[in-house]
Amino acid sequence: MKLKNIPIHFVLIVVSILSIFPFIWLLSTSLKGAGENIFAYPPTIIPQDFTWDNYVGVWKRVDLMRYFVNSMIVAGATVLLNLILSSLAAYPLARMEFRGKKITFFAILATIMIPFQAIMLPVYLITLKLHLVDAYGDVLGFIGLVMPFAVSAFGIFLMRQAFLAIPREMEEAAIVDGCNVFQVFWKVLLPMVKPSLAVLAIFTFIGSWGEFLWPSIVLTKEAMYTLPVGVNNLQGMFSSNWRFIAAGSIISTIPIIVFFLAMQRYFISGENEGAVKG
Amino acid sequence: MFKYYGKFAPYLFIAPAGVILLIFFFIPFFQTIGLSFFDYSNSIYQPNFSGIQNYLDILKNPIFYKVMWNTVLYLVVAVPILAIFPLFLAVLINQKIRGITLYKILIYLPVIVSIVVAAIAFKWLYAQDGILNYFMQLFHLPKIGWLTDPKYAIYSVIIVTIWKGIGYYMMIYLASLMSVPKELYEACDIDGANFWQKHLTVTVPHLMPTIALVTTISSISAMKIFAEIYVMTKGGPLNSTKTIVYYIYEKAFENLDLGYASAMAVILLVIVMIFSLLNIFVFERGKYKI
Repeated sequence: MKLKNIPIHFVLIVVSILSIFPFIWLLSTSLKGAGENIFAYPPTIIPQDFTWDNYVGVWKRVDLMRYFVNSMIVAGATVLLNLILSSLAAYPLARMEFRGKKITFFAILATIMIPFQAIMLPVYLITLKLHLVDAYGDVLGFIGLVMPFAVSAFGIFLMRQAFLAIPREMEEAAIVDGCNVFQVFWKVLLPMVKPSLAVLAIFTFIGSWGEFLWPSIVLTKEAMYTLPVGVNNLQGMFSSNWRFIAAGSIISTIPIIVFFLAMQRYFISGENEGAVKG
Repeated sequence: MFKYYGKFAPYLFIAPAGVILLIFFFIPFFQTIGLSFFDYSNSIYQPNFSGIQNYLDILKNPIFYKVMWNTVLYLVVAVPILAIFPLFLAVLINQKIRGITLYKILIYLPVIVSIVVAAIAFKWLYAQDGILNYFMQLFHLPKIGWLTDPKYAIYSVIIVTIWKGIGYYMMIYLASLMSVPKELYEACDIDGANFWQKHLTVTVPHLMPTIALVTTISSISAMKIFAEIYVMTKGGPLNSTKTIVYYIYEKAFENLDLGYASAMAVILLVIVMIFSLLNIFVFERGKYKI
């Protein structure tokens, strides 16, 4: 380690510790047994009465696996729909001339300015009218959770940028070879924008996985809870049993941390400037 | 290039996304405006047209001013910190030193983790007999009701938002730092400029567009704050942490005052639109050129 870099390391180490400390403290609390005062002064990071009991207890009393599966279904469907719908819509916007192109373009652009939070009430009323809530069945409930986020202007513009970067000769060659318009899209263009599809998939997944507002509006059945809603609910279930709340929160975080570490190059390589979400 | 697609092809490709955007964006958008002119306070089933009465009621309601004040606090406290501190971190991390990847992972971690878990973790730090108050005592300061004292609660919530955003904005800055010409730094080194001189004369001017972008993005996010409030304070104590979105949520889904909630939502729409227009037409123009 070079001497002149020491102040830099010092700052970065302090910020890194501050970034993970809330989780470390939660983890520490979740591993403390009944014999240890979790409010003890001075606080102890390393549990004195180490135990897994809180994990066993919360796992037995709360169907965290169910919440996890629900989150997977919702996030998986949201990602799939975003990939398909965004690239379908982006293709003509990047490559075709048609009447109403300008107005379509600006209409989609306008949705960027409409925050979901401002229109959530009518979105809920419409979802209710379409019977896409859990009271009408689990499948309908899932559809209702996904549909408002099935496509976004962000995704359409990201894919449009990707299509614009492909040389026109690719399509011309494909047409000469006898492809129709759908084959051009599916067999020629789509494989060439895989990196953008990956970026869109990953950021949509993270967004959908952490979504809290919409599920907490529409969900009524506990069996339908996604992880964020289920974890928030731990607070009410175990009122001030912080050992259990901490254990449940930590369990719920493991999947996304595994996902993050596996996909870290997409997040921290610094090459995804286009993936900035407003 | 010759036209190889049929007359209807473009519309067929756009239709699926178009239908979703129509049902879940455009119709609700106009419905929000429409609902804001109706009075639901007597019965949710028999609304009366009331013109701009909801807006007048809002302007007379002290809670509205409290909510707006909280939003202003967010804008003047969280936004500058989120625009400046991540830039500083990005500059530090954008050097050839050991352990960069690990630092990036750790600092980015809060961005990835669900806001609900983050809020619960902070609620635990903020507990009356919790670890933060231990540190207060250590420095011979009085214990603070981080989330229970109306004087401090909003700042405690703002801290969570800042903590969760730093890694995100740092990555945006890191991406644009790559475009700063290396020669400029070399010239600075020859002239013997120190760290601050170097970055204030080269980095900051070069990144001005990104700084502006981060400022608008973080301002827009600040106006959409909900989960932190819902999990930690429910808008209390004494409305001291109530944000626009939480207020809309409360009015719409707890009080079932759909008209009032919609009028509030229109106010949010107008504010967010101003910031978004700035963003689209000034800072990100290239990305949205037809």
